[in-house]
Amino acid sequence: MPVVSVQHASKSYGPLRVLDDVSFDVYRGQVVVLIGRSGSGKSTMLRCLNGLEGIDAGTVTIDGVAVHAKGTDLRRLRQEVGIVFQHYNLFPHLTVEQNVMLGLTVVKRMKRADAQAVAATTLSQVGLADKRAAFPEQLSGGQQQRVAIARSLAMQPKVMLFDEVTSALDPELKDEVLNVVEALAASGMTMVLVTHEMAFARHVADSVIFMHAGRIHETGPPARIFGEPSTPELRQFITPRTN
Amino acid sequence: MRDFSPFDVVLLLQAARWTVLLSTIAFVGGGLLGAVMTWMRISRSSALRHFARGYILLLQGTPLLMQIFLAYFGLALAGFDISAVVAAGIAFTAYASAFLAEIWRGSIEAIPRPQWEGSVSLGMTRFEQMRYVIVPQALRLALPPTVGFLVQIVKNTSLAAIIGFTDLARAGQLINNVTLMPFPVFGTVAAIYFVLCFPLSLASRALERRLHAGRQRPARV
Repeated sequence: MPVVSVQHASKSYGPLRVLDDVSFDVYRGQVVVLIGRSGSGKSTMLRCLNGLEGIDAGTVTIDGVAVHAKGTDLRRLRQEVGIVFQHYNLFPHLTVEQNVMLGLTVVKRMKRADAQAVAATTLSQVGLADKRAAFPEQLSGGQQQRVAIARSLAMQPKVMLFDEVTSALDPELKDEVLNVVEALAASGMTMVLVTHEMAFARHVADSVIFMHAGRIHETGPPARIFGEPSTPELRQFITPRTN
Repeated sequence: MRDFSPFDVVLLLQAARWTVLLSTIAFVGGGLLGAVMTWMRISRSSALRHFARGYILLLQGTPLLMQIFLAYFGLALAGFDISAVVAAGIAFTAYASAFLAEIWRGSIEAIPRPQWEGSVSLGMTRFEQMRYVIVPQALRLALPPTVGFLVQIVKNTSLAAIIGFTDLARAGQLINNVTLMPFPVFGTVAAIYFVLCFPLSLASRALERRLHAGRQRPARV
């Protein structure tokens, strides 16, 4: 059974069709990367996976639970689905450690000492054990994003979603974040990524989905998507501009 | 006619007790009711939202003086036998709750949407989001305007004189009537008001510092 299963998902904002009959599966340990132009629907698709966005038709299932069904316990579901945002969304009034602990103590009702231990483990996993007492604004963008990954990871989700996690970062800060994401992928985490980092997508993905105008325009293993694109839209999208 | 004497200062201080009492009622009552109104104002139920909106519009759009009149004479006509203190207490509670609710709603809505998304994605309920993520940040924003409004309240309690309440301002007026020495009399009155309000401003500054402890700059908003 796939961890994530999207079947015929559609969504419109008024006359604008942002998702148009999208279907794909993500299996345990798999890394699926969504690529495409701005406005192609990839971020919306990702945000539908943990119920941040609704859908008009179709189904999204996470580990057998229909995300958008009436009566679905989203509180429970969201503990299984971690998400990391483009702008980190850290809590500025809390220290790095408190950021990581909050979900554990409040949502998972973990004891303070246990949560602290988990925070210590995950923070060292992202290489920030020495920053536990710092406040987010005292960190670089790359460090903040790694804290956000740790915060998500600490909840021990079954699947992690990454929404353009390096798009807000200066080029020299991207690598430290991508390295963490790559290590997570290597550790067997099931992941869905939206990214504009084509080299990284090619390197880390098991499967690539190219979205265009709300539809899955082309999908396949990275070697084929990047090596032998079969549609002109994808070819144009992945060809580096020469000017 | 007689001179302004230390005895008058004692009279003024006694009258100031009513000012303090009424202000305290307005702070506590207005704060509690204001919190309820804030919650309703941002509730997901549109009926609650509209009710709170109407309540706030009504109280912000009518003079406090009329509210005091209505609370005193209106409630008396409606068959409630209430004293001037209770009537003024009701009026000030309602008045303060409306303004505090608007200040607090504004502060809560000033917290960027990603904070809601980040916390809901951890699986938090709406109450938990408020309690641990939104309100702690909104407090910082709300503190200066809240204290500013409370200081206004202290001074506005003088309006309660209209229903026979002898508060600080009213006592000053009475003493001036018999001494005809406006400068010492109202100077003293003003000084007492200042002594009441200044600690509020001091407390606000101290609290602001505490909320910002460990941080270099105020919250990004």
